[in-house]
Amino acid sequence: MAVASTDTAIRTGNATRVLLYLVLLLFALFYLLPFGIMVLNSLKPLSEITGGNMMALPEVWTLDAWRNAWSQAQIGVEPTGLQPYFWNSIKMVVPAVAISTVLGALNGYILTKWRFRGDTILFGLMLFSCFIPFQIVLIPMARILGITGLAGSTAGLVLVHVVYGIGFSTLYFRNYYAVFPTELVRAAQIDGAGFFRIFWRIMLPSSGPITVVCVIWQFTNIWNDFLFGASFADFDSQPMTVALNNLVNSSTGVKEYNVHFAGAIYAALPTLLVYIVAGRYFVRGLMSGSVKG
Amino acid sequence: MSFLKIENVTKSYGAVEVLHQVDIDVEEGEFLVLVGPSGCGKSTLLNMIAGLEEISSGEMSIKGQVMNGVHPSKRNIAMVFQSYALYPNMTVAQNITFGLEMHNVPKPERDAAMNKVADMLQITQLLSRKPGQLSGGQRQRVAMGRALVRNPDVFLFDEPLSNLDAKLRVDMRTEIKKLHQRLGTTIVYVTHDQIEAMTLSTRIAVMNGGYIQQLGTPKEIYDNPANIFVASFMGSPSMNLLAATLRSDGARTAVEITDWEGKPVVLPLMEAITDVSRKDGDRVILGIRPEALTDPDGADRNARNVVTVSNRIDVTEPAGSDTFVTTVLAGGDVVGRMRADAAVVPGQTCDFAVNMDKAVLFDPETEMRIR
Repeated sequence: MAVASTDTAIRTGNATRVLLYLVLLLFALFYLLPFGIMVLNSLKPLSEITGGNMMALPEVWTLDAWRNAWSQAQIGVEPTGLQPYFWNSIKMVVPAVAISTVLGALNGYILTKWRFRGDTILFGLMLFSCFIPFQIVLIPMARILGITGLAGSTAGLVLVHVVYGIGFSTLYFRNYYAVFPTELVRAAQIDGAGFFRIFWRIMLPSSGPITVVCVIWQFTNIWNDFLFGASFADFDSQPMTVALNNLVNSSTGVKEYNVHFAGAIYAALPTLLVYIVAGRYFVRGLMSGSVKG
Repeated sequence: MSFLKIENVTKSYGAVEVLHQVDIDVEEGEFLVLVGPSGCGKSTLLNMIAGLEEISSGEMSIKGQVMNGVHPSKRNIAMVFQSYALYPNMTVAQNITFGLEMHNVPKPERDAAMNKVADMLQITQLLSRKPGQLSGGQRQRVAMGRALVRNPDVFLFDEPLSNLDAKLRVDMRTEIKKLHQRLGTTIVYVTHDQIEAMTLSTRIAVMNGGYIQQLGTPKEIYDNPANIFVASFMGSPSMNLLAATLRSDGARTAVEITDWEGKPVVLPLMEAITDVSRKDGDRVILGIRPEALTDPDGADRNARNVVTVSNRIDVTEPAGSDTFVTTVLAGGDVVGRMRADAAVVPGQTCDFAVNMDKAVLFDPETEMRIR
């Protein structure tokens, strides 16, 4: 087999290889450029930005803008920095991601291993929720939050994101569990494990890759959401994205670009971190099921 | 009262009945094999015994207790699956003890039971590994260990050997048989491999199209098949089925077939058939197993009714232990099994010893046995 694969492999000369890497490097640089400029400018004093070249390296390296954005900048009426809003976002994202992922896994488990009449239709309807634009649900959602008394609270935002997230997380887990051997569930049934025990002890521990995909997807979407945050949050529950907008778009005072850049990086940091930590599982999870093994 | 009783059991999906009125009584310690081609309903029947599929009508009981609607875990059964179904996230030890843990057996007892089973199956050195790190044969052992540790009333095997390579399959077959002899437990075993069925079972149920075609000991099934399906499904190479004409002069009965040149050959039957409606000149199907069609020196010395027929050899297939010879009888290809060193050359004529003791007759219309 080894002989056959080397014979049939596409041969590329060294020259092509160098060219290939050169082009790839160029693309990588191109994609990194915006982020690089953000980082550079966040490390400059404001005078260097307003007075000179955005592309130049800082003459004076300073972390003032970072400190300022984190704890001193004027957001709305209070000079609190982004710090409290960052924690607001965390308090919203963590439960929302956890709940929607577990519910999605549970749905996928039921839709594949405890099939019932009409399960495909139900799954189709759940999928449908992936295609509903956010704007359409704003008013009904506001009504529901009002009725339940969750309006303007972090819990309300968690509810909104869980409801929206279930469609996608169910899709991921259903497709993953569809190729998960049903014999395992049957073996566990004979062994005496019930519905939830099979889920916790056998299904979930074998769902690593798809859980990573689901978590990355949900985390990125919920963290980056602006519309729901802006619509349904109070001052003390506003997420990072809304706060960043308030910071950048404040119409009074001097535009502190270096602080804005630092703030934007703060806002992007968690999603970036999630990708770096779990990214290598992402492709693996997306591919699983499509190819055997 | 039999140990495992299956009474008038049927299975339907909507209006389609896939399993028709199955009746099987299994005694304690029996090794029952359900055998048949794919889609014959054998796995469905097994799943119904396990409680993984509902029984549409009829009654199933174990040790006198009706099991319809009883949860699989409460039937005191254990099952070995075709894919082994080992929990991939658990070690071998956890796999084996999972069932005990679910039944709230205390840890020291679990470990004692596990060690005993691991010793018996020689998998002690594998206990801390994950199923993904095991070979096919090792996984098979672990799957059996998981079933054994529960000490169930009935063991259910769903084609447990079909994922193994040929040599390992034969080894594991012997192992399962040894295990059965040692433990004396009741086993219901599903397979599509007729050799597994013959070698392992104390009784075989041959199934086709949702019906039990025949239920009997391996010898009964092999020597006295109830119909053409059973006759041709069991045995490899399968039984030769020849178009023949019944010849009867009142005292003795014989069948007439044609040889390779089309000349008639009369083969006398050992015993007159009891079915009086069959008369001289009726068309019948004559069934002869390859081993009953052999070279004269290789013929069974205890056979009482051996007829020698001279015929041309078309193909020889030396298989090492035997030589399979293809010739034409009654207008069709017929396979005979000769000794390995029988002097046979394709194209030449040689004598075939036909052991008519073992010949069976079938009705060409109903495909049922004529006795």
